Amino acid sequence: MSWIIARRRRPVAGYAVVLLGLIAVGVVYAAFTTQGSPASASSPAASSRETAVGRQLFVQNCSSCHGLLAQGTNTGPSLIGVGAAAVDFQVSTGRMPLKEIEAQAQRKPPVLNTAQTHAIAAYISSLGGGPAIPGASQVSTQGADTGLGQQLFTSNCAQCHNFVGAGGALTQGKYAPALTASTPTQIYEAMLTGPEAMPVFNDTTITPSEKRDMIAYVTETRSAPNPGGFSLGRVGPVTEGLVGWIGGIGALVLSALWITAKRRVHE
Amino acid sequence: MTSTNEAPAGAAGEGPVEKVLAGTGTFLDDRLHAAKSTRTLLKKVFPDHWTFLLGEIALYSFIILLLTGTFLTLFFKPSMTSLVYHGTYSRLDGVRMSEAYASTLNISFDVRGGLLMRQIHHWAADLFMAAIMAHMIRIFFTGAYRKPRELNWLIGITLFTLGMLEGLFGYSLPDDLLSGAGLRILEGVILGIPIVGTYISFFLFGGQFPGMDIIPRLYIIHVLLIPGLLLALITAHLFLMFHQKHTQMPGKGRTDKNVVGQPLYPYFMAKTGAFFFFVFGVLALLSALAQINPVWLYGPYNPVAMSAGSQPDFYMGMLEGALRIFPNWSWNLWGHTFAWNVLIPALVPLGLLFTGAALWPFLERWITGDQREHHVNDRPRNAATRTAIGIAVITWYGIMWLEGANDVIADHFQISLYTTTEIARYAVVIGPVIAYILTKRICLGLQRKDAATLLHGYETGIIQMRPNGEYVELHAPVPEEERAVLEARTTAPLPLEAGSDDDSGVPDPALRGPVGKLRLALNRVVTESVPLPVGNGHGTNGHGNGHGGNGHGSSVAGEPERAAVTSGEDGKTLLGRDSPEDPGEH
Ligand code: HEC
Ligand code: HEC
Ligand code: HEM
Repeated sequence: MSWIIARRRRPVAGYAVVLLGLIAVGVVYAAFTTQGSPASASSPAASSRETAVGRQLFVQNCSSCHGLLAQGTNTGPSLIGVGAAAVDFQVSTGRMPLKEIEAQAQRKPPVLNTAQTHAIAAYISSLGGGPAIPGASQVSTQGADTGLGQQLFTSNCAQCHNFVGAGGALTQGKYAPALTASTPTQIYEAMLTGPEAMPVFNDTTITPSEKRDMIAYVTETRSAPNPGGFSLGRVGPVTEGLVGWIGGIGALVLSALWITAKRRVHE
Repeated sequence: MTSTNEAPAGAAGEGPVEKVLAGTGTFLDDRLHAAKSTRTLLKKVFPDHWTFLLGEIALYSFIILLLTGTFLTLFFKPSMTSLVYHGTYSRLDGVRMSEAYASTLNISFDVRGGLLMRQIHHWAADLFMAAIMAHMIRIFFTGAYRKPRELNWLIGITLFTLGMLEGLFGYSLPDDLLSGAGLRILEGVILGIPIVGTYISFFLFGGQFPGMDIIPRLYIIHVLLIPGLLLALITAHLFLMFHQKHTQMPGKGRTDKNVVGQPLYPYFMAKTGAFFFFVFGVLALLSALAQINPVWLYGPYNPVAMSAGSQPDFYMGMLEGALRIFPNWSWNLWGHTFAWNVLIPALVPLGLLFTGAALWPFLERWITGDQREHHVNDRPRNAATRTAIGIAVITWYGIMWLEGANDVIADHFQISLYTTTEIARYAVVIGPVIAYILTKRICLGLQRKDAATLLHGYETGIIQMRPNGEYVELHAPVPEEERAVLEARTTAPLPLEAGSDDDSGVPDPALRGPVGKLRLALNRVVTESVPLPVGNGHGTNGHGNGHGGNGHGSSVAGEPERAAVTSGEDGKTLLGRDSPEDPGEH
């Protein structure tokens, strides 16, 4: 894909894209008019009406990168089989529709509302398979075990997201984001779909009830008070060292200056 | 310059405080005067410069460490016995953990004031190490390690090393996720030692990592062995300092034969006493306001887990950085693995730093051939090469230190992790060189400025028009106090005596051969400096100052030996001596 990034600033690139787009529209139009919608009946859960709305939204917002049939293009991967959960995660965190291609899609305020998002999700899942959007009971933290959640989180997630989910750097300009804004549903979906560099944690690796424990740990830790004072970002000894030098040595040097200050000679 | 516009504090007047203190002094004097040593002690003179208090920060932090540490021992259980937690901290309810970790939670949440004590202990540890570093930097840049204080410099380096170990073992005690990660690295380093590594590791950990033995062992080392050593060495350090007296910053009337400052009692005692409370106050504030080492968030040690942002405390950060910078080399020879990627970064940078620092005073003495005693410090600019070397080393250390936090930096400034390492790999080599060159240029520039100031006086910023229409800037003469500071070059590194070729044309035997040549070459680098303007008696390397030679500081030149005690009955005499009209000067 990087060859695109390198070349897309060239003037010819614009024509090439328009041309490709025209061809694609032509081909897809032909396909649609002859066969009708290919998969509208494959997902019994979603009403065919929602699927149709979803397809429309998808064509408007997403097809430029993912292709009119979600089959993928040079600028976006195929979405066939990624499932409703992936769409809901990507769109509700504002990552999709992607604005510009960079090392990693960033969390942004979502562009589409929940109904629209679910409609696209229904359309994508109608193309076949993939994890569904978790229901409210699946992400409920009622009665969850945060202690177990912490253990699971430190064993599975902390190496990228830090022990309290404050985030961390990965290689090649990628990073594991802070989990400060993720909703329980998004956390669940992230585990199910493994966006980007994140591995998939399916229900056999981490059972649904363990997922709830982890969600409880992440969300409760965010709001857990800091009994020791200011949290210093909860990123470990680095900020502590900084504060020790600036606040500790800094303050004491000032007081040493003050203590040893002498009365000035009157000239 | 703080050291220049001083006026003797005590001499100016007697406030109520001084009266009270003086009264107390008389009281003690009346009763203790038989004990001559006490009197001498009380009149010991301490120079007044803020950098002289850096060491005191370390001392007071250490005292606080002893006190809070003792409190912690009352509740801490150094045991790896596994248990299921059912305590106040409900978020970890039902979690299996070691007794050490559980007791740390207990200190934090159930013992009254326990969390505060833990935080003071840890902040004091950070402050202790930071102060030692700052103190060492001060000693280095002012050349205060020179004869006769080399021994104390060596003690200081040992204290620093022991402090690092003490801290490492200390934060390993609670057996939380981070401390486990630190121990794992320690194990990796030990395992990296060829051939014997495995045995040493088995010996230290009492079997497979982490095992049951490591925490109790670290505990004894942390609360008994190293504190004992530290205490003994600190005592020796202070005793030597007392015996040799403080150095002093250059200034009017300050020579290698006297100490100008305030007597221990009452002035310095009051000040230093106040300073203890400042240190304690800052620590208490930090500990009350800023959370440190929240082990409850890290969770108990878990061998399969490793958190992003797992860093050691800052004083070990340089080691961590070295490990991250070093390329991934290892050999497999004769069935043994030589893990250079662990061994070299773990042993070489710190080894170089400590060995280099320990040898430096002797090396410098050999290069300069300077056998004199030094009690007046150098202004860093006047020893350009030494200062440049110091800054280069700090840069080198600092880059590794930053690299130790590279994941946090990469995350916060949104740079790629590899990029930071790549940059650091180059910077750790190039950075010190640039720092050296720049610092040296700056120092020489400052020397040039000083020389110009001595020659022409200060620029006043007032422009005057001459009758012929020419504009000139008025220059004001340099006040005497400042002159003394500007002229204080006498203790800077010496060029080797021109005697390399004596009258008979025979080169000095010490400077012959390859070693001698090297010495001469190094000497030329080390002594590079801008000459002071001729005509004021300091043009050359001026052995004169402090040897009664040139009238500089004439008021004290006649004293028989380095005056440890103020000349009069009380401090004021001494202080008075340092004050106004001193006609001996130029
Ligand atoms: C500018 C191009 C672009 C647009 C527009 C766009 N995407 Fe994407 N999308 C990408 C790229 C590139 C990736 C893969 C890299 C990534 O995840 O950051 C991706 C990944 C995804 C994924 C994750 C696929 C997986 O394997 O898990 C989903 C789901 C997705 N997009 C859905 C959408 C939806 C729904 C829309 C419209 C609302 C949309 N995208 C709009 C470029 C785009
Ligand atoms: C290999 C590193 C890695 C591991 C391990 C990992 N993640 Fe992630 N995680 C990532 C990356 C990278 C992203 C960002 C993906 C993107 O931007 O498309 C991410 C994103 C997320 C998000 C979305 C954050 C947001 O912006 O809302 C959540 C939630 C999340 N991860 C949870 C988890 C949980 C829970 C675990 C453990 C089960 C885990 N992650 C393990 C790398 C990781
Ligand atoms: C005689 C002196 C000392 C005693 C008795 C002592 C005792 C202790 C004890 C019992 C603990 C574990 C309790 C806990 O986890 O909070 C501890 C932790 C620690 N000690 Fe000490 N200590 C002493 C000196 C020092 C010194 C000189 C340093 C630093 C250079 C130091 C640094 C640490 C650190 C960093 C911890 C970890 C604290 C934490 O977990 O928050 N200690 N010490």
